[in-house]
Amino acid sequence: MLTQAERYKSGVMPYAQMGYWDADYVPKETDVIAVFRISPQDGVDPIEAAAAVAGESSTATWTVVWTDRLTACEAYRAKAYRVDPVPGSPGQYFSYIAYDIDLFEEGSIANLTASIIGNVFGFKPLKALRLEDMRMPVAYLKTFQGPPTGIVVERERLDKFGRPLLGATTKPKLGLSSKNYGRVVYEALKGGLDFVKDDENINSQPFMHWRDRFLYCMEAVNKAAAATGEVKGHYLNVTAATMEDMYERADFAKQLGSCIVMIDLVIGYTAIQSMAKWARRNDMILHLHRAGHGTYTRQKTHGVSFRVIAKWMRMAGVDHIHAGTVVGKLEGDPNVIKGIYSICRDSFTRQNLEQGVFFDQDWAGLRKMMPVASGGIHAGQMHQLISYLGEDVVLQFGGGTIGHPHGIQAGATANRVALEAIIKARNEGRDIWQEGPQILEDAARWCSPLRAALQTWKDVTFNYQSTDTADFVPTATTA
Amino acid sequence: MRITQGTFSFLPDLSDAEIRAQIDYALAQGWAIGVEFTDDPHPRNCYWEMWGNPLFDLRSATGAMTEVLACRTARPQAYIRVNAFDATRGFETTRLSFIVNRPHHEPGFLLKRHEVGGRQIQYTLESYAAQLPEGRRYE
Repeated sequence: MLTQAERYKSGVMPYAQMGYWDADYVPKETDVIAVFRISPQDGVDPIEAAAAVAGESSTATWTVVWTDRLTACEAYRAKAYRVDPVPGSPGQYFSYIAYDIDLFEEGSIANLTASIIGNVFGFKPLKALRLEDMRMPVAYLKTFQGPPTGIVVERERLDKFGRPLLGATTKPKLGLSSKNYGRVVYEALKGGLDFVKDDENINSQPFMHWRDRFLYCMEAVNKAAAATGEVKGHYLNVTAATMEDMYERADFAKQLGSCIVMIDLVIGYTAIQSMAKWARRNDMILHLHRAGHGTYTRQKTHGVSFRVIAKWMRMAGVDHIHAGTVVGKLEGDPNVIKGIYSICRDSFTRQNLEQGVFFDQDWAGLRKMMPVASGGIHAGQMHQLISYLGEDVVLQFGGGTIGHPHGIQAGATANRVALEAIIKARNEGRDIWQEGPQILEDAARWCSPLRAALQTWKDVTFNYQSTDTADFVPTATTA
Repeated sequence: MRITQGTFSFLPDLSDAEIRAQIDYALAQGWAIGVEFTDDPHPRNCYWEMWGNPLFDLRSATGAMTEVLACRTARPQAYIRVNAFDATRGFETTRLSFIVNRPHHEPGFLLKRHEVGGRQIQYTLESYAAQLPEGRRYE
């Protein structure tokens, strides 16, 4: 044990010795806990590396400073308290770090992330660093608004129960005039979808000004509602260069009677929280497209895992979040996706290492986010999608609706019939995983759009190795 | 037109055996069954008339089917739906809702466009049937 004089002598000292490592530390219920995957440079001791991460993400700088002694510095130091080698990945370690709740401003994702993923990610003694998971204390969660609407209220507003919601993204994503764009929306909604969606990069380009798009889309939404007797919606993307622009667009969407607006992850955490508050004030469902996340969530050794982004977004307050399809064209290991869906939809998420979930997480009454499965999925996979993803999910078939050989309405009908047929069979107690293809074939006998969809896409799969998988070795337990 | 509210409206109308199977599923989840009817199927008419209180503590679908059939006999030209309510913490809402009876003729909806400033339009949906007095719709 160092004396105070030794501890605060000017100069450089290992982070572990400075107080950022404490093997005996027992995290408090109110601590924020983070688990990082650290890859120390050759020759750097993993415990010192973990302590350095704790230090650099809380109070430390590279050298001893006497001004620490003007503060209750022990309390403000984050503490690395556990370091485990990553199974099957030499040179990588899971390190657990606890942060006192007073290190963070209430209700601010920007402040939380400025510490947790701030300077520390460029720290030279580490080859790479990845934030794998976090445990948020109830006390801290209670300072966040959370989703403005949530799954339960969204379903009640839409009057849609017992089945996944169905959506599609208008294609081509760029280039359509507003009037042609609205045509796609109308056809898809009338054919049976609940929602159509702007794509992430549809904002206000030369070929289509945002006001024009909003006006035509709302004509399509209302016309389809009259044609079907159902509540319909189109996610109007209000992403723009400034908050003022986004508020203007969102207000216009509200004025036109839209039930939902959409933003992109690239607008940043603060803008997302602002839009979450706007959505709560204006009875609006808020859809988040996770544009940009793949740049830092996909590689296992460096970045931030998507399960952490999902946690932050539930706190920041969005109602829909793209969270993976398992079977589609985009990254998604089944176990990792299950873990992310739990984070979106649970009231209490249990630790599940196989699914990459490191901690129990009490959600403290924060509303639930509706996960969105989008990207390269089609009607023939309906039984797999429902088996993997359950029913509180938006299934989005863009190409799988608009690319249908008999037209957009037929594409939408094929998806809706496939969905209802599989849900009905599941509820009747049938094994949809095994019997799914037969159930769909049977429905296709009386539904020609479904027959054509199954014909067109029957062999389309995207079977590639997943990049982001959970590193977990099941150990035999004596039960 | 065919109103497509409810979980199974894109499928052919469910037979009584199929309705029963769905009720069995709901009961197995621990949900309560409610039967509701209306002659005003506007998509934002969320309060259909209750055919009695929701049925709690049912052990088999027989009791619920009795109510479905009784409602159908009394209101053959009404929309009738079966709802399943889940009291579990974190849900506390409807978990399944499907139509089990509909009028022979569904006249659909009028979309009224009220042109306001600029190019904006305020839209209103009106059910053609609901333009008649209550009780005379779908005669």
